[in-house]
Amino acid sequence: MTQKMSIAKAINAGLRAAMDTDRHVLVMGEDVGRLGGVFRVTDGLQKDFGEGRVIDTPLGESGIVGAAVGLAMRGFRPVVEIQFDGFVYPAYDQIVSQVAKLHARSSGQVKMPMVIRIPFGGGIGAVEHHSESPEGQFVLTAGLKVVSPSNAHDAYWMIQQAIASDDPIVFMEPKRRYWENGEVGDEDTPLHVSRVVREGADATLLAYGPMVRTCLDAAEAAQAEGRELEVVDLRTLSPLDLAPVHESVRRTGRAIVVHEAARTLGLGAEIAARVQEECFYSLEAPVLRVTGYDLPYPASRVEDEFLPDLDRVLDAVDRSLAF
Amino acid sequence: MTVPTQPRTDVLAEHDLVQLLAPDGRRREHPEYRWDGDVATLCGLYRDLFLVRRVDTEAHALQRHGELGLWAPCLGQEAAQVGAGRALQNQDFVFPTYREHGLAWTRGIDPVKLLGLFRGSDLGGWDPTEAGMALYSIVIGAQTLHAVGYAMGLGLDDQVGHADAERDSAVLACFGDGATSQGDVNEAFVWAASFHAPVVFLCQNNQYAISVPLERQTHVPLAQRAEGFGFPGVRVDGNDVLAVQAVVSAALQRARNGEGPTLVEAVTYRVGPHTTSDDPTRYRDPQEVEHWKERDPLLRLRRHLEAEGIEESYFADLDAEAEALGRHLREACKALPEPDLADMFDRVHAEGTPELAEQKAAYVAYRSSFEGGAA
Repeated sequence: MTQKMSIAKAINAGLRAAMDTDRHVLVMGEDVGRLGGVFRVTDGLQKDFGEGRVIDTPLGESGIVGAAVGLAMRGFRPVVEIQFDGFVYPAYDQIVSQVAKLHARSSGQVKMPMVIRIPFGGGIGAVEHHSESPEGQFVLTAGLKVVSPSNAHDAYWMIQQAIASDDPIVFMEPKRRYWENGEVGDEDTPLHVSRVVREGADATLLAYGPMVRTCLDAAEAAQAEGRELEVVDLRTLSPLDLAPVHESVRRTGRAIVVHEAARTLGLGAEIAARVQEECFYSLEAPVLRVTGYDLPYPASRVEDEFLPDLDRVLDAVDRSLAF
Repeated sequence: MTVPTQPRTDVLAEHDLVQLLAPDGRRREHPEYRWDGDVATLCGLYRDLFLVRRVDTEAHALQRHGELGLWAPCLGQEAAQVGAGRALQNQDFVFPTYREHGLAWTRGIDPVKLLGLFRGSDLGGWDPTEAGMALYSIVIGAQTLHAVGYAMGLGLDDQVGHADAERDSAVLACFGDGATSQGDVNEAFVWAASFHAPVVFLCQNNQYAISVPLERQTHVPLAQRAEGFGFPGVRVDGNDVLAVQAVVSAALQRARNGEGPTLVEAVTYRVGPHTTSDDPTRYRDPQEVEHWKERDPLLRLRRHLEAEGIEESYFADLDAEAEALGRHLREACKALPEPDLADMFDRVHAEGTPELAEQKAAYVAYRSSFEGGAA
């Protein structure tokens, strides 16, 4: 099957497919039922699956995740929605101290098959707390897995794979790309696998979620100037799948990591460390990073200055190639 | 800033405490709650209390001997825990704090399994599904949300409200007086009310959150808070095992019937320290401790049993049983297997990752590089 749909619609379709497959799959969160979610990602699910399986919760993020822990212990597979990235912090304790640790604490006797969906990132002109990129905080938490689709095809399949996993998965949704259309085809990639999405010999761009589109656009622009940029869509942030990255960097000799999250201790820091460990003799230039600055997310009228964009990516490419 | 305080009598008022066994060992009547067991059942409860106290004091001593890193004693709270535990049906589920040694006893968990967490041998020693009790929770109040979620799951699984004693199920959520200030506990109350969840909130009000007394957490008796959330709250003498069992039984049955949550405030007293690292003489009047020792949960039941004519030999046999249990704990504690860090890599996820497999291999290789090497 191949069908064209938006990322939001693809997640909706993936949720629907998962709920059709397994009666233990529950969707819960603020406004996910009657309203269909503030981004309409859960549109129509309550109508079709009922209030018992698509649950409009009280307004309390810790409650959403904490109750999901109990439901998971009871054998359910809760898919919880945190309405916006900046609202996940009230649930941080439940996610980090409970969800992430229960499997290890119980020597595997307690499983946490939970998906925590978080629309993340900026670029939509929102007020504060609605544009953040907290994925790194979950990547550095042992016991969690973190993934982020960048396109409709992956969104459709990755949400189902995440739900089918017996481990807790933080599912970072690129909210500014929700309405981008793409072809959804047959499943072709396991969940925790990175993928080269554009081939090129001159430098490797590494990105995930919303920045994959930015990097593809940059590669397109660079081609007009005669430069061939390879783009790797990381897809899985924890565990990282860096084999395709190392293979790519050994060919290009240059790596640039791009993310909206702040630079210090972002994914770029870990990836740079690993790439230099694995590809030391292939590197023609230091691994560079194009990221958000180490600032609180700025007022939206200047967010375009804060966020990595095509020009900043190409500027980093210039610096890498000039090294 | 001056911090307003109120006299302790406001939050510890006794006029509405359900009590069926007075400190002097005499049975008391209550218009709403009854305890109808026979003398053999009373003896069974006394055995529970007595052996739980032995587990607790033995573990405390093991900490003093350096065999445990820490212990959180339940001394003085045995009746609140045993009474609630003996109100449970097999199919019910308990979400404990880290002090629920009496509840663990009633769930049939070998007390040795409580020690691993405190010895540093493991992170939680029993299978929650098999025991019907989650692992100890150390983050204050977090488990109350898990309890509500589990209770919602009972509803979704249609395990509530069938007038079927073997099918209908409920959840017991444990926490202390300090936890009632936590957001999670208040969210749990909201959720339980909103979803009419079959859960009983058991607050063991032992009057102190480490050093901070009850009046810093609340200016009304804790059970009163339930009304604001939309479900009943009951205050019970937490040192009266009969009253606790009667009140928690009724609340659990209400939950199993599909009539929603109840908050039970069991007013008790933490006779010992918060943990073995604590020094309560810095914040408590010794006279207060003596006052509560006279209200001891074992003492009053023993007085009652003696008045009922239970012979001395029964108590002597129990002493011998406790001695044997103590010996078992001491030996088994020292025999607890040393943890192997290499195992930890395999336990993080249900579906392991190449990253952790790689780290494990590196760790094992590093470790083995010393084996057989020069001293």
